[in-house]
Amino acid sequence: MEFEFGTNWARFSRLSGGVIGQPLAMEGVFSFFLESAFLGLLLYGEKRISKLMHWFSAVMVFVGSWISGFFIIVTDAWMQHPVAFDRLPNGQFEVLSFWQLLMNPWGLLQYMHNMTGAVITGSFVMAATGAFYLLEGRLEAYGRIFLKVGVIAGLISSILIIFPTGDLHGKYVARNQPAAIAAMEGLFHSGAGAGLVLMGQPNEETGQIDNPIVVNDMLSFLIYGTTKAEVKGLDQIPHDQWPTALPLLCYAYHIMAGLGTWFALLMIVCALLLWRKRLTTARWALWALLLSFPLPYIANTAGWMTAELGRQPWLIYGLMRTGEGYSNTVSASNGLFTLLGFMGLYLLLGILFTVLIYREISSGPEAVLSDAVPTK
Amino acid sequence: MMGFIWFWLVAVMIVGYVVLDGFDLGVGVLHLFLVRNETERRTTLASIGPVWDGNEVWLLAGGGTLYFAFPLLYASAFSGFYLPLMIVLWLLILRGISVELRNHVEVGVWRALLDGLFGLSSALLTIFFGAALANVLRGVPLQADGYFFLPLWTNWQPGPHPGILDWYTVIGGLVALVALTLHGALWLTIKTSGELEQRARRIVTPLWIALVALTLISLYATIAVRPASLYNYFNYPATFIVPFGVVASLCGIWLFNRKAQPVKAFLSSCLYLFFMLAGACWGLYPTLLPATTGTANDITLKQPEPQVRILHRPLLPASPASRSASGFCRRHRPIATRWSTVPGDG
Repeated sequence: MEFEFGTNWARFSRLSGGVIGQPLAMEGVFSFFLESAFLGLLLYGEKRISKLMHWFSAVMVFVGSWISGFFIIVTDAWMQHPVAFDRLPNGQFEVLSFWQLLMNPWGLLQYMHNMTGAVITGSFVMAATGAFYLLEGRLEAYGRIFLKVGVIAGLISSILIIFPTGDLHGKYVARNQPAAIAAMEGLFHSGAGAGLVLMGQPNEETGQIDNPIVVNDMLSFLIYGTTKAEVKGLDQIPHDQWPTALPLLCYAYHIMAGLGTWFALLMIVCALLLWRKRLTTARWALWALLLSFPLPYIANTAGWMTAELGRQPWLIYGLMRTGEGYSNTVSASNGLFTLLGFMGLYLLLGILFTVLIYREISSGPEAVLSDAVPTK
Repeated sequence: MMGFIWFWLVAVMIVGYVVLDGFDLGVGVLHLFLVRNETERRTTLASIGPVWDGNEVWLLAGGGTLYFAFPLLYASAFSGFYLPLMIVLWLLILRGISVELRNHVEVGVWRALLDGLFGLSSALLTIFFGAALANVLRGVPLQADGYFFLPLWTNWQPGPHPGILDWYTVIGGLVALVALTLHGALWLTIKTSGELEQRARRIVTPLWIALVALTLISLYATIAVRPASLYNYFNYPATFIVPFGVVASLCGIWLFNRKAQPVKAFLSSCLYLFFMLAGACWGLYPTLLPATTGTANDITLKQPEPQVRILHRPLLPASPASRSASGFCRRHRPIATRWSTVPGDG
């Protein structure tokens, strides 16, 4: 991605390098070095360093990757909600206060929401692995530990993702990107007591939702805390400032929110069963956990699509349109060529990932431990 | 002043990357030819296993610093070198998975495939990096708006409209391939023992001879392709220490390898890479990216501020050589700086 800013978005990089080059350079200098150095220790040093040092390496890998996430989110947050900048006569942006750039409220909210999503993914992977062992009837001791840790962490994180992080982030989006929230919710018409569309297909031609299932007044309540509040719809926004891929944005948001609701419900039920010591025998709950394994990946992807499609048609919100930022010298066919290349490579990596993760999980933690240290 | 610091900071990142990732790229190339069985292969790969990932971080850090310090250069160069950069990314991905995943499946065919992929991608990466540096030294067809686009090849000539690959940049690629393979061989002489170590030590000799020849050829070719590269050297004759450093470190590699002092030989190779790259950067400074379409289109640092001039006062009194060289180089002097490439304050 660090390369992509320059290769595909040269005109954007040229103007904004003074601002977003800063967090990206810091990410490279601090977190990548931290992460990769300690990852080497963690994976290869287990037999050579003390247990405490090994644990410390694991913590440092965690710190490195979470700092890395912070700098990336700060970069994205500046594009979503530019703060602390000045524009030079030649059009270039420069930072006025690096501290304010890091403390961008958008960034802090987005960071909390995003990292909670990462914890959900980890929890579901762990809980699903435990459920798999118990359903298979082998490695049951591990299965019970995985299940317990996964469900407890999953319960906490899937509640945090809705409240407060998702709630606060959504309210902040509604205040600062009204076009994005209107498109996400499929709200074509402004008005008091806006309804929350649970399902439906936004029809840009007719300006309404096809096959809607709506909870009356709910959207006003969620954003402003009262059912009577006025919410700005797409009809109050000039058509050339509507998010470009409106239906996709709407679906991405609904997939994220719908899956988020499912995570919370499932984890509440499983946590109750765990508390009553009946989770390990409740096969239906184990099946539900196992099948939910891929869902957090989908939800996180949909969440990022919501953020980035919601920013459209802007590259830097309100300041630079997406069409003004791409590389003029790179032709569309070159872009397509490399896009196809990356799609092929990622398809291959995805297949490899699935196959290898399945092998690792199915052979169990002990086999993995004895295999992890290469023979020297 | 800031421009001076940033220029050399980015240069340090690049040198750090080449010296560090260089040896694991070299090991990647060598392991195809050097090892005879699975045990040796595992020893070889284990010698770079914990570090290759960390070594590659220097590339990312360099890219990030470049973006921040010189956004105009970053935007222009990365979009202009679009295809080769994408190919480098693909090779880096393939190389990473091939070294990490080979031990996850206990099937001979799988391992043979990934070992081959690892060696091939390592070799191609060294060639691409060498060619990339040669592209920067030769210059690119920058337009008046500061952008350019290079196809992979045109007519294989380094004229005003070159491609990524021409005879000059191919030489650059070969220098990098041989230099980094040698670098990797010296790393293996430190990290392995017994027969494998002997084989690594023996392969140093032919690689060293090839490297000496290629170094001389590339030096001659660089001066032929961009005579202005000599401008700084003649202006500040003390900096001729750099080519001396290249020669001395080459001798060091030879001597210490013969005397079976692998650590010193490896450090000599590090110095060789350092001097080669520092010499190239010094040949460019204060130009960041020369234009083949005329020096008016060069991307350069901001006009030096007064204190920079003090810093750059010739260390030795002007010699006859430097006086004649200034006439030789006058027509190649960077004429104008069109862009402010320096951020106000870091």
